[in-house]
Amino acid sequence: MFRFIIRRLVITVPLVLVVISLTWGLIRLAPGNFYSSEKALPPAIEKNIREKYGLDKPWYVQYGRMIGNVLRGDFGLSLRYQGQSVNQILAQTLPVSATLGLLAYGLALVVGVAAGTLAAVKQNSRLDYISMALAMLGISVPNFVLGPILVLIFSLNLYWLPPSRWGGFPSWNLVLPVLTLSAVYMAYIARLTRAGMLEVLRSDYIRTARAKGLSERAVIFRHAMRGGLLPVVSFTGPALAFLISGTVVVERIFALPGLGNYFINASLNRDEPLIIGIVAFTSILIMLLNLAVDIAYGLIDPRIRY
Amino acid sequence: MDGILLSIRDLRTYFYTEDGIVKAVDGVSFDLRRGETLGIVGESGSGKSVANLSIMRLIPEPPGRIVSGEIIFDGEDLLALTPREMRRIRGKRISMVFQDPMTSLNPFMRISRQLMELTQLHLGHTKRQAYAHAIEMLERVGIPDARMRVDSYPHAFSGGMRQRVMIAMALACEPELLIADEPTTALDVTIQAQILELIKRLKRETGMSVILITHDLGVVAGMADRIIVMYAGKIFEIAPTAKLFATPANPYTKGLLRSVPDPARDAGRELYQIPGLPPDVARLPPGCPFAPRCALAQERCRREFPPFVQIAPDHHSLCHFATEVYAESVREKEAKGASDLNPL
Ligand SMILES: Nc1ncnc2c1ncn2[C@@H]1O[C@H](COP(=O)(O)OP(=O)(O)O)[C@@H](O)[C@H]1O
Ligand SMILES: [Mg+2]
Repeated sequence: MFRFIIRRLVITVPLVLVVISLTWGLIRLAPGNFYSSEKALPPAIEKNIREKYGLDKPWYVQYGRMIGNVLRGDFGLSLRYQGQSVNQILAQTLPVSATLGLLAYGLALVVGVAAGTLAAVKQNSRLDYISMALAMLGISVPNFVLGPILVLIFSLNLYWLPPSRWGGFPSWNLVLPVLTLSAVYMAYIARLTRAGMLEVLRSDYIRTARAKGLSERAVIFRHAMRGGLLPVVSFTGPALAFLISGTVVVERIFALPGLGNYFINASLNRDEPLIIGIVAFTSILIMLLNLAVDIAYGLIDPRIRY
Repeated sequence: MDGILLSIRDLRTYFYTEDGIVKAVDGVSFDLRRGETLGIVGESGSGKSVANLSIMRLIPEPPGRIVSGEIIFDGEDLLALTPREMRRIRGKRISMVFQDPMTSLNPFMRISRQLMELTQLHLGHTKRQAYAHAIEMLERVGIPDARMRVDSYPHAFSGGMRQRVMIAMALACEPELLIADEPTTALDVTIQAQILELIKRLKRETGMSVILITHDLGVVAGMADRIIVMYAGKIFEIAPTAKLFATPANPYTKGLLRSVPDPARDAGRELYQIPGLPPDVARLPPGCPFAPRCALAQERCRREFPPFVQIAPDHHSLCHFATEVYAESVREKEAKGASDLNPL
């Protein structure tokens, strides 16, 4: 187990370097640059700027410097947010995105597992049909549609909840963005849980548990849940990755100062250090989260040995 | 030794499927005495498991339903109990061992916990008592190093060892009735004999009653006091073991007996098989369900459902020609007895 974790951590380093190299290459391939807008600058000024940021050096020197920064964990200064380092921006925006993401996934887990388990236990009941219909809806409505609809209903019509902006944690401002981000995961987890539980409830060892005289509650919670939730655990790895891209959209819709919103701005502005910083940070995060999921899987299923 | 522990009267368990009503068990009646071992044999699909799951009230519902009948256990009709009352009987007074030990234990739970939950539930054991009892039970069913292995997960055990664990679980609360549903079918031949020996020994030690289900007459021969032969959800023959083997009164039983391997008789010959396949119990013809496969079948067999003929007070057979088949068996036995006495 320990060696498995070390091996996975070691592999993370080259993977992240590949990801940021690709990102860097793509930024360079795209036309335009951070200092020019529509109007062309006088050549002398442009030359000054290029020298100041080292853009006059050959590409491999620039690439080497960028990789060096990443390896040191210091992504340098933002080109657009004057006087702020990329690390400072990460430190400010991460709590916003993390709050949003964790709340959304936590809510999705609680509601999804509960709904999926109930649907499985009461298979073909009205409850089952209703929750699965809702789940189908949750999966098919994209978050950039759901968000504005929720705002329309709960903010602009009913005046129950604020439509946008960051209000810290906890605050009513979080409700709509968290719901918007959570919906698709909730729906997916409900379906996965239902399928997993149905399969387990049919299995021989559940019949054994019933033959022991255990109550239905013990059969479901003690015996069936673990196996039934394995698909949800494996889904959590990819889900967290998508969750991060989901926050990009939701932060944009609700004007929240999170990583995702800054990432979009950085891309529009060609703020190369900030882009590299956010990409490097999120890719490390995704790999670590996936590792955590694999470890959790191993802890739940004793048959798995690393 | 005396007294009836379990009495089943006209049990009918049906499954309501898209293909129609599967009459998995259709009018089964029998008694089981205290301390008796009853063998139930029949080809797969004959309703052996469904009959016994009905006793435990573990029929998946829907699609299944116990349509009618009585299951009197120690004077109480199990079918009239509330679910809660039934749970106090399951695992405590009636236990079951299933066919496939590889899938019948919870793979995510330590063996210790799977054993402990039983005695904590039914005997009110504390954790400590339950743990000690778990080790004791594993030792009793012959698991070496029980103390060290009690905390393993099932995947660390072989098939034979897992079946021993299942038996330990079944016996943890000293039940009055053990139902073993093909407990050796999924195991290697050498392991099979060990498991049967174990059940025999534990039965001797505890005096419980046993229902041993199998599709192999060879398995029950040395175990059961009496044998029930099932076919298409019905009892075709019931007799004490020695009588059933020596003088069967049903053509289906004779077919089953011929398909038991006998090295003395079959050396070099291909093993006998009853021709044809077991019927679809959702679409039974009006007559005898075995008629299409029976060498003795007459016109009447295809038309009329056969009577349950009493050959002797403890010997019954479901066949239009039960007396004839019985008489033939007696003749064969006498001829064989004569040739045994007179080896020339
Ligand atoms: N859950 C179920 N749904 C539908 N049919 C079933 C179900 N369980 C058993 N049956 C049917 O009941 C009949 C008897 O099955 P079973 O008792 O398992 O036979 P066996 O004698 O091999 O133990 C078979 O025809 C089987 O298809
Ligand atoms: Mg069976």
